[in-house]
Formats: sequence, C-alpha cells, structure tokens
Amino acid sequence: MCCLTQSVKITSDIDSVRSEIRDNSISVIDVRREGDYKQDHIPNSVNLPLATLLSDDSPENVLKLVNSMGIDNETPVVVYDDTFGALASRVAWTLEWIGHSNVTLLETTYSNWKSLGLEIDSKIPDVSKKDHSMNLQSNILATSDYLESAKTRDDVILIDNRERLNYLEQHIPGAMSLPYRTLASGDKILRSKEDMKRLLDNRGISGDSEIITYCGSVGTLSGLAYYALKSAGLPNAKLYVRSFKEWKNLQKPTIKQEDANYWDLSAE
Amino acid sequence: MTVSDLTHSSIDPVSPKINWARIDEADNFAETVKLYRQGKYDEASFRRFRLQHGAYGTRMTSDYAMVRVKLPAGEIYPKQFEKLSQLSEQYSIGSAHFSTRENIQLHWVILEDVSEIFRSLAEVGLTSREACGNSVRNVMCSPLSGVCCDEKFDSTPYALATAKFFLRNPMAQSLPRKFKFNFTCCEKHGMVRMVDVGLIPEIQQIDGSEQKGFKIFLGGGLGNKSFVGHQLEDFTPEEDLLYTSIAVMRIFDRLGDRKNLARNRMRYLVNDMGWEKFQNLVLKERAIVRATQSVVTRLKVDTTPNKIKRPLKISDETGGSAPDGYARWLKTNTIKQKQSDYRSVFITLEAGDITSNQLNALADVIREFSSEGMARSGFVQNVALRYVHEDDLISLYSKLIQSGLAKSGALTMTTPIGCSGTTSCNLALTNSHRLAKEIQRKFLELHLDEDEDLTDSSIKISGCPNSCGQHGIATIGFFGGGGRLGKDMYANYQMSLGGRFDGETMLGQTCLRVPAKRVIPVILKIIELFKENKKSDDTLKSWIHRIVNDSEDSEIKSINDIKKILEPLVVPPTKDDDPDFYLDYGSDTSYHTKTGKGECAA
Repeated sequence: MCCLTQSVKITSDIDSVRSEIRDNSISVIDVRREGDYKQDHIPNSVNLPLATLLSDDSPENVLKLVNSMGIDNETPVVVYDDTFGALASRVAWTLEWIGHSNVTLLETTYSNWKSLGLEIDSKIPDVSKKDHSMNLQSNILATSDYLESAKTRDDVILIDNRERLNYLEQHIPGAMSLPYRTLASGDKILRSKEDMKRLLDNRGISGDSEIITYCGSVGTLSGLAYYALKSAGLPNAKLYVRSFKEWKNLQKPTIKQEDANYWDLSAE
Repeated sequence: MTVSDLTHSSIDPVSPKINWARIDEADNFAETVKLYRQGKYDEASFRRFRLQHGAYGTRMTSDYAMVRVKLPAGEIYPKQFEKLSQLSEQYSIGSAHFSTRENIQLHWVILEDVSEIFRSLAEVGLTSREACGNSVRNVMCSPLSGVCCDEKFDSTPYALATAKFFLRNPMAQSLPRKFKFNFTCCEKHGMVRMVDVGLIPEIQQIDGSEQKGFKIFLGGGLGNKSFVGHQLEDFTPEEDLLYTSIAVMRIFDRLGDRKNLARNRMRYLVNDMGWEKFQNLVLKERAIVRATQSVVTRLKVDTTPNKIKRPLKISDETGGSAPDGYARWLKTNTIKQKQSDYRSVFITLEAGDITSNQLNALADVIREFSSEGMARSGFVQNVALRYVHEDDLISLYSKLIQSGLAKSGALTMTTPIGCSGTTSCNLALTNSHRLAKEIQRKFLELHLDEDEDLTDSSIKISGCPNSCGQHGIATIGFFGGGGRLGKDMYANYQMSLGGRFDGETMLGQTCLRVPAKRVIPVILKIIELFKENKKSDDTLKSWIHRIVNDSEDSEIKSINDIKKILEPLVVPPTKDDDPDFYLDYGSDTSYHTKTGKGECAA
C-alpha cells in the first residue's frame, strides 16, 4: 500500500525554540495560571491560562483570543505548560481546530526548562493584535453523538487516557485504557516516535483506523494523547473534547470491571 | 550553548552489582502476545510462556496481568525504585505491591504493555523472569543478613550466586512445580523450614580451621497442605551448597508429581516417600553430581564487602529535637546492627502497598541515609533501610513522615500480612488485603505496637486456603471462605492459633471460623484473655504456644477453651439487624464467592 503520510512536527525542541525566540520568528503561549506567568516565564511568551480558554471555547471566542495574542495564519506557535504537556495540548488542539496549521508543543515542561537554567523573564511582551481567519477543522473534534455512532464501527478505536483505577471503575464501553503517564518519557512530554509507535503497535493501534481519545472532563489528558498519536504517524485522530464528564451527564452507557476490589490495592 | 550541554544526570554512589535482565526477552514477549491474540498460540502454551516470564493472571479477566519483579536476596537500589515508581504510574494503578517473597508486583497491567515493562526493567538491571511458573522463584535472603547480631556470616552473596546460577538455567525451566530457596541470617529471623530449600549459615571448626557452610532444610512449604522442612545433615560445607541444590532439584525433577497439580510441590514428594528415604536419595544424588560434573561447576560467590560510607550531610534541619512519635517509631521499627553506631530501619506498608510517590521518596531516602546505598525488601511485605547511622535517625524519621512512610509497629504484631485477595487474585474468596489494612489501622490507633507482650506475635491472612498470606505460621492466622445464614452469604475466615516460623517452626491449630467483620473484635478478645491469664514474663506468642502444646496450667488449657469463649462473638446476626455484616471489607454489594482459574499450578 502506498503511504503518503508526511512527517508532521508535533513537538519543538528546546534549542530551536530558544533560537526562534531570539529571532522573534515564533509566538510562544504559556498556558499556566496568570499569577505563575507573571512571576516568570519563557521570554516573550504570552499568557493564555487554560481556564480562560475553557470559560468560553466557542470558535468565535477562541478566534478573538488568538488575534489578541498577535497570532495570524502564518505565525508559528509553540505552546507550553507545567502539567506534563496536557494543558498545552488542549490549547494547541483548539488552535488547530479553528484552523491554525502551524502549532507545536514545547518538548518539555516549564519546570524542567527552569531546572536546566534556561532563560526566563518576568516582562510581559507588547503584542499587536492580528487578524486570523476562521477555518474550522471539524474532523478533529468528536462530539458525544458522533462518538456514539462511530464506536459501533470496526475501524474506530476509542482510547481512555485517565488513570487505570478510574478506567476500571467506569469507562465508555469498548474503550481501551492508555493512561496519560504512559505517553511521556523522562523529561520529554512525549516518548520518542519509535517508542511511541512500538507501544501503540503492541496495542494494535496502527494503520488507518480512526482513533478517538477522551479523558475525565475537558480534554487535556486526551489532548496530549491526540498529539501522541500524531507523533507516531497516526493522523486520523479525533478528540472527544467534552470527555467522560459529559458522557456521564448525558447518562450514556458505561461499563466497569466487576468482581474485583482493585481500589484496595492502592496505597493512596 | 545548546541544551544537551546542560543536561546532567545524577550518579548514585552505589549501583546494582548484577544485571538480571535480558532485553531480547521484551521483544520476544511482545511478539508472542501478538501471535496469541491472533490465535496462533494455544491458551495453555501461552500461559506457561507468560508465567515463565513473570506475568501472572488477573481476577476475572484475561486482559490484564500482574508483573512480579524479582529482587534477588531482596536487594533494591535507588534507580530501581525510581523506575518502579514510573512503571507503576505508566502501566499499573499508581501503586506497587511488596510480596512476602521479596518481589515487587505491578497489578492490573494490560497484557500488551507487559513487554514495555520488561524493556524498562532492563534499563535498571531487573527482571521478572521465572518469578512465576514451574521454575526457581526469587531466591530470598533475610533482610538482616550481614547486619544481624546472631548470624555466623553473611549469606547474601550465596543467595545472589544461587539466584544467578539458576536463572534461565535449562535445568530449571520445566520443573514439576515451582521451587523456592530461602537464605536467612539466624534461627530467629527464620523462614527456612517453610520452603523447599531453607539455609542458615553455620561455621564449623574442621581440623583447627573455620569452615563456612549451612544448615539445610528440605521439603517444607505452605499451601493447601503445609509441611515443616527437615534438616538434611548437621553441616553442609559451602563447597557442597551448589551440589546439594542441584541434587535436590534433580530428584524433584525426576520423581515429582507432574500429573496431580494440587500435590506436586516437593513437600508432597518428601512426605509421600518419607524423610529418611528422601534424605538418602539426596545424599546419593549429590555424590553423583559431585563426581560427574564434566566441568567443575561452581557458584560464583562474590564476597567482596559492600562499601559502607555514610552519606554526607549538609545540615540537620531538625535542629536535634525529635518530632512526635519518634520514640515509638524507634522502638518498634528499628534494630541495632552488629556494626556499632548503625541501625536497620524497617518501613512498614499497609499490606505491602506503596504509591509511586513513596517509591521515589524511598530512592531519595536511601541516597541520603543508607551507608550501603541500597535497601532490602523483607519477609513481611516491607522494606529495610540498613546502615543508618544512629545520629541520623531523627532526621530520617522526619523525612519519612513527609512521605507517609513513618508508620510505627513495623517489627510488631500490628502489621499483618494480607495476600492480594479479591483485589486482583483469581482464586481469592475474600478481601484479605483490605482486612490486613483494617487491622493495622485499628491496632495502631489502640497503640498495640507499643505493647511488648505482643511484639513477637504475628497475624497473617490469606484470601483462600492456599497460603500466599502464610496464615499457617502465624500466631493468629486466617484464611478466607464463605459463610452462610439461610440464603445470605458473608465473608468468613478460618482462624488458626500458634503457628511459628523460627527454630520451633510449627503450623497453627485450627480454632474456629470468624466472620470478616468480627475478626478485629475476636483478636482483641484473645489479647484480653491472654492479659488475664498470662504469667509475668509471657508474651502472647509464648502463652499460645503452651496452649497449643497442651502445657498450659491456667484456666484456659486448650484451643477448645478459647473457642468456647469466642463462640458468642462469631454468631451471625440477621441481614435486617446488621446489613454491614454481609458486606466484605471494601465492598458495597452483598457478598458472594466467585473465583476463576488459579495459575499457581499452571
């Protein structure tokens, strides 16, 4: 079979981000809380706390936020967080969703950036408003209705990225468990491409299947998984952004691992 | 300057001496799982393969496995703790579990991820190979070997050499059944008579010079039917250690029962044949082994002493004043070593469970406080941190408090053993695991760990008649089953009294059945009876020992006398009167027994 998948860049390495910041050729988004950002951040980065985005993540509002951060269609964007890349992923995915095609994740967390002794700053950069166009990418979003019909198809794989105990307790029928912690490696928010491919391939996650990811409530952990899949060369991924919280609220069917007291094995 | 120039890695002063892993086994396992899922590998062969690699089945599902990582002689290093921490978060439930045989287990692992765990374990030199299945299981050694005041010499190097010799050895790949070695330091810290081969270091004067060797015990073991091991001969010189081990395994391999899975441990062979006949066979076989080795086969015993170096302290943050609970912890969790100024510190975990954060914390604590730079896993689902300088104990205690690892009572009766029970095991009938935790919490609350009359006693709980929880050798032992009142079922335990695992090893005697929700009051009642009837220098253990041996002269003379007093406590109430009675610990639905297929004998 002919394969036309082109290599997509998912993460940006520290060295190139540093040089691009010096050249002023990228826009960097810090998605931590405002207070943390104000204390210090990667030089020249702008702040978009995840909570601000989530308070209204309609395409129109997202577009406003993007414009106010000085991002237009051509601006390369790098997103970072201090939460193993999950919050950054949710923001990156949202940019992608409204049609921004050049967004990547910083390969590591802000804590690690700092512990390496790299440049930080408390200065808030001046940005001039830009004008981004709207080109909604509905193909990367899964709604509950979509998921309900899609998961009956053989070529659709559903992945639950919450922790294992939560999965055992309750999950969407047919989902497989891939806890978000599995996706990282050492200081990197995502494993190397080769490691990721092997992990997913062992699980039978490969080829042309459509893959839908979900997590607990707002699509952060599953956002990271969305990028993990893409990093392994699996482009046909969708994020069920409202995730398990909505699914339960809608009283759609769930399933649990019966007849075992696995919670009592936890030392928490 | 680029970031790669900045990356620095911490180097531990002490690294594992032995690499137990083989990375190619990860690839092989991944490939075999794929073939199995494609139906190209039959169920029985796959199960044997999986077990040989240390992946055990999980309760009521074939999607998950438990990976049992071996810690030969119990040794575990900081980097290994950190790796296990990471693996528990990535592939398991965010916690890991210490077993009673110096393994650390990851439960609820997706079968397809097992090979990824093997790959990561190999990075730190660990393996789960032959941790399950019909092979030589993890070779244990007393956590006090090398520091015990009563030992003749340190048996750790011999345990490691034995583990190394048999791991992946063709002669140990298809035994009739699993085969276990326990090395110890002295009689008191025992466990040598409850295992296929148990060894106590011994020194004899031969022709005016000191000769190292062992007292070897054969054919013991706990299970559905338990037996106490027999001593092979007065003294087995160290040169004969390997020949003896090979001889015993060859006899077991040849004569062990390969058909009757329920009776194929070596202890049944010894019992059926009679000890004297078995003993003769071993001695003859050993002569043959010794004479016919084409190349001289030797154990590679590395007796180079470990470097003992007290880690540098920048400053003592406690300012010298001890936090609350320190005296209690010092008394119930630490032991003076034979090396002056040093203590071994035992860290007790609830039924062996430890979180990923605590695993990381232990790595730091070892680096900061252990002068030997590693830890040892113990016999009772715990961890020993040895070579802690007396002057560092207060700051170590403060540090352990921060990570929730400072529970007192580690060396007392307040830390019961609980097998995994219905939390993950296919055979379990009750939640023995949670019961052990409930007892520990209650007894610490009552400060029973500070009661010196109780320190040398033990409580051990299994979730079924098999003996993973070692109930048979407990002062107070329990194994799980189902009880019934009319049509209503409840979790019920058979209680035995008077088991021991020291120089006077014996199995406990059956007393009566105790419903799960009555176990705590029943133990407390036994303690009360003991206090009323004890002699001045009695401990609970010595008092019960006299009762089970018919040599007690006070009011309570027999197990039956105890039983009569306890009987009113175990009468089941009706479901309407006490609905909670009918729920096992950790469960909010009515109790019913449900089991799957066991794999101990697969």
